[in-house]
Formats: sequence, structure tokens, C-alpha cells
Amino acid sequence: MSASPHGSHPTARTCLVIYAALIVLTGMTILAAFIDLGSLSTPVALSIAGLKAALVGWFFMNLRAERGLTWVYAIAGLLWLAILYGLTLSDYVTRGWLSPLAG
Amino acid sequence: MSEQALAHHFDTIEEQKEASSLGMWVFLVTEVMFFGGVFTAYAIYRHDYFNAFAAASHHLDIALGGINTAVLLTSSLTMVLAVNAAASGSRKALLGFLALTAVLGCVFLGIKAIEYGHKFEDGLFPGPGFRFEGPLARNAELFYIFYFSMTGLHALHMVIGVGLLAWLLALSRRGTFRPGYYTPVEVVGLYWHFVDVIWIFLFPILYLVGRHHGP
Repeated sequence: MSASPHGSHPTARTCLVIYAALIVLTGMTILAAFIDLGSLSTPVALSIAGLKAALVGWFFMNLRAERGLTWVYAIAGLLWLAILYGLTLSDYVTRGWLSPLAG
Repeated sequence: MSEQALAHHFDTIEEQKEASSLGMWVFLVTEVMFFGGVFTAYAIYRHDYFNAFAAASHHLDIALGGINTAVLLTSSLTMVLAVNAAASGSRKALLGFLALTAVLGCVFLGIKAIEYGHKFEDGLFPGPGFRFEGPLARNAELFYIFYFSMTGLHALHMVIGVGLLAWLLALSRRGTFRPGYYTPVEVVGLYWHFVDVIWIFLFPILYLVGRHHGP
């Protein structure tokens, strides 16, 4: 490994392993889509996608070697995304849950 | 070498480098919010019109979409290997991996163009020519509005990425990069992987909706 001034990069070997994992996960998400998982279908698809995104972020985007400030930004992005999703979907998804109020 | 020169507002080369990389991360956070808005809108309508979205999604080609996912993941691998090559100072490997990444990006766009062509032929492009059998047609059209805008925005990012790779190729041919300075390669790499991550989510949410119900 060369001593890079910006944290060490993953070795070619690590990159190949991660790449293989990403391809296998892609196959898994296609297979899972054809199995009747009921209401778990979407959560499973999104979890696999999330895992793939995490692998890309951690190794390829080298978050594992990054220091504090980069993490602050990466987490800020996820946090604001969670607010966007949480507040919006808690409205739309729950609209049918209550019967209309009388009157 | 001017490229490696320390600008007066930084104390060290390390700090200067970190500022560049951090700048890209800030941009990527704004991109997360940008795509996040479209993804949220999609989630709402998919929740409301799930059956129509599933029926419309069955017209997408999983084989082409899957191949494109693999092409993009492979391009991320070659991109990270390009960064490694730059860090270890092997210019030949750097040029090779950058070129390979750009070619894979173009392959992705080519396959995407073929897919778009099929959708136009089948009358699945939203607008006056939209044709869809059955009572779900109106909401299936909504699915295709999302399909074309989301994949279109992603493709636009790919086109910009290929342009950036061409710029990196020109710089490396001139011998600009060496182990002490390859920040542009690293920063473009961050952008390229991010565009890959967007596709990692687009593929299942667009191509794999309710597939187990059959067409």
C-alpha cells in the first residue's frame, strides 16, 4: 500500500472482493423480487440496495479512512433524507388508517 | 509544479487536499437532497397506486436493467483501481483504468438508449402517444413519467461523469498526476461512485415492483 496523504486506499484485492459481493447482491435482489415475500418485498429490496450503497461508500468512496468532517457531511445527508422521508411518509402512509371523523 | 502548489489560505498540502474532497462531499449531500425529493415523490405515488405501478414496471426489461447494473458496478471497480494507480504513480494503469471506466459509462448509456428506444416503440413514453391496456393506464403513465425523469436525471449525471473522465484522461496524458498529487482523480471518483449508488436504488424500485405477481 502506498502511503497516500489522504488515508490509505483499499487494495486491489479488497476492491475485487467488494465488487464480487456487489454483483452477488444484485443477483440476490433480482431473485428476491420473484419470490412472494408479501409486505416484506420492498423492505428486502431496499435493505439489499442499502447494503450495496454502504459497501460502495465504505470501500470505494473510502469513508473507512475518512476523518471527522467528511463523516459529519455524509451523516448530515442521511439525516436530512430521513427527515424528508419520515415526515412526508408518516403523513401519506397513515392517511387511510383512521376512519373519517363524524360531522 | 503549479498543480501541487500550496494555496496561501491553506497551512499544509494535506489540508488543501482535504478541502477539495470535502467540497465534493458537500456537493454530494446537495445531490442526495435533489434525488431524495424525486425518490420521495415516487414513494408516495407508488404507495397510492401500487397495482398500476407494478403493472407498468412489468414492461421494463430486467435483463437489460440487470446487465446495466453490473456494467455500472464494474465501472466503479475500474474507477477505484484508477485512483489506486494514480496513488502508486503508474501512469499506464491510470490511463487504462480511466479509459475503461469511461467506456463502461458509455456502454451503460448505450444500453439505456436501447431501452428508451423500446419504450418509444411500445408507446410507453408519457404523452399523447401513450398506449397502455386496461383501466390502470392513467396511473401507469405516471409510473413512466417517474421512470423517464429519474433514469433521465441519472443518465445526465452519467454524461457529465464521462465528460469528467475525458478531462482526467487529458490531464494524465500530460503527466499532471503523480503520487503526491491526484486530487482530481479522487474527487471525480467520489462523484462516479455516488452516481453508481443512485442507480443501485433506481434499479430495484423501478424494475422490480411486484414482480412475483407475474405480468
